[in-house]
Amino acid sequence: MWRDSLRGIYYIALKDMRTYYLKPPSLSWGIVFPLAWILAFYLRNPRGFEELVPGLIAMTILFSTTAAEAVVINFELRLGSLEKLLLAPISLPAVLLGKVLGGTIFGLIMTTVITIVSIVVLGLHPNFLYLILIIIPSLLVFSSLGALLCVLVKEVFEAQTLLNLPRFIMIFLCGVVYPVSAMPKSLQYLAYIMPLTYTVDGLRHSFSTASSTMVFIDILVLIGFFILFIVPATKLLEKKFE
Amino acid sequence: MKNVVDVKELTKRFGELVAVDHINFEVGKGEFFGFLGPNGAGKTTTIRILTGLSKPTEGRASVLGFDINSRIVEAKRHIGVVPEISNLYDEFSAIDNLLFMAQLYGVPPTQRRKRAEELLKTFGLYERKNNLLRTFSRGMKRALTIAAALIHNPKILFLDEPTVGLDVVAARSLRNLIGNLRQQGIAIFLTTHYLDEADLLCDRVAILVKGRIIKIDTPKALKAAAEEESVIEFSFEREISGLMEDLSKKLPEVKIAMADHNKLRIYSSVPTDLYDRVFKFAKGKGIKIQSINSIKPTLEDAFIKITGLSPIVMAIEKGGK
Repeated sequence: MWRDSLRGIYYIALKDMRTYYLKPPSLSWGIVFPLAWILAFYLRNPRGFEELVPGLIAMTILFSTTAAEAVVINFELRLGSLEKLLLAPISLPAVLLGKVLGGTIFGLIMTTVITIVSIVVLGLHPNFLYLILIIIPSLLVFSSLGALLCVLVKEVFEAQTLLNLPRFIMIFLCGVVYPVSAMPKSLQYLAYIMPLTYTVDGLRHSFSTASSTMVFIDILVLIGFFILFIVPATKLLEKKFE
Repeated sequence: MKNVVDVKELTKRFGELVAVDHINFEVGKGEFFGFLGPNGAGKTTTIRILTGLSKPTEGRASVLGFDINSRIVEAKRHIGVVPEISNLYDEFSAIDNLLFMAQLYGVPPTQRRKRAEELLKTFGLYERKNNLLRTFSRGMKRALTIAAALIHNPKILFLDEPTVGLDVVAARSLRNLIGNLRQQGIAIFLTTHYLDEADLLCDRVAILVKGRIIKIDTPKALKAAAEEESVIEFSFEREISGLMEDLSKKLPEVKIAMADHNKLRIYSSVPTDLYDRVFKFAKGKGIKIQSINSIKPTLEDAFIKITGLSPIVMAIEKGGK
């Protein structure tokens, strides 16, 4: 049975890449939007731009994974094509994981492009192992967040609207532009309950000479967030088919 | 395993509404089994339960020997499903849709393209194999949806209202294609509210009304039961509102059903002075009778006799059209 599920996850992810992700709206939302933000900050302060690279990568992770994830489930529920997937010999959690993996792969492509360009242009020397270990769980976290918010609502536009709220709050509070430590204490508490904080923190450690303990704490917290999002998303989707 | 589907006391409730009410039936190997009933009778809900898209509130069911509550994923390997609305991908070509389904169902990679092309030929779509689904007519989409459901050589095919919304020619063509599946030994579970479709295709028919099965038999046996009565069809020159109700008051001992807006059928075992009484009634109303036919009972007549429902109820499409 697990072979059926693994095969299903793989082909659903590939199908979603082709159907939704490699299309102009996803590409623009996933890559142009973070680039536009960073360009704005670069023009304001070109000297300390290296400091912004972890935030730039984190924003790319956030926006590329959630660009279409919030749409693919509700859209297919409405069309009936999600039912087509559920009629195949694949469990419902595997179908959802396939959807999440589609967003993750698209995010990985976008993030890889941005990361390599940043490293080459600015001549940076990150710890690549740490980078991968932070980027992969982060992609899964935000893709599953998109899936969760998607199954919480009925309409496609509701999912997009609902997702904008955490996305924009996280940009300002999670250290993308301003360090969390420089914020008022109350906002710091808020930042620590948001997953993007750990992505940015892990990425900053990857570009510095921080201890591995700090990076692994970030990874563990991110894995925790992934479970926190994917389990209720699965339950909510199951409820739609009771 | 004697039966491919076994259903015992299956029930589905949505809050107060009982969509499926303690139904029992079985479908044999290679049998064409029809679920006949008006919209809202519980046909689609039953298919959704048997294919794992919905969970029963009560009762038990097994498909191909696999319990639907505990082993549905195993059953799905051998089930094909054609939903009422085509759910393939508009932005994929016909062949890509079939290849994707072959991947999902685990058809070995070396056989996928061959199987997909075979099905496209069978369903007369081979010439359009590289065209996007969005360019297909409704009938072609439905044919491709059936082809997609057969990609993994299922042992049972569930067809939910396969010809609904199709024009007469497309519906006839599709019925022929479905009928040809008999040669492949696949069991068919067909839901329909078209009586002639059930009559043409099914070995046995279950009549479902308001979530309950009220009769299961072969179309032949159902029609034989209706033959005990005479069926006389009167065509009037125009549609008269309240015609059936008024005539029912005049002829309380017979069963009357509207066959069309200006046609009604009278079911009676002793039609001695029936013609006189109907003529008198028409004259009194000032309407002319266009024709009178004594007809051989159809499955529709059997359905009316069993359910007491008008065939007009059966003609109503989903959404009340």
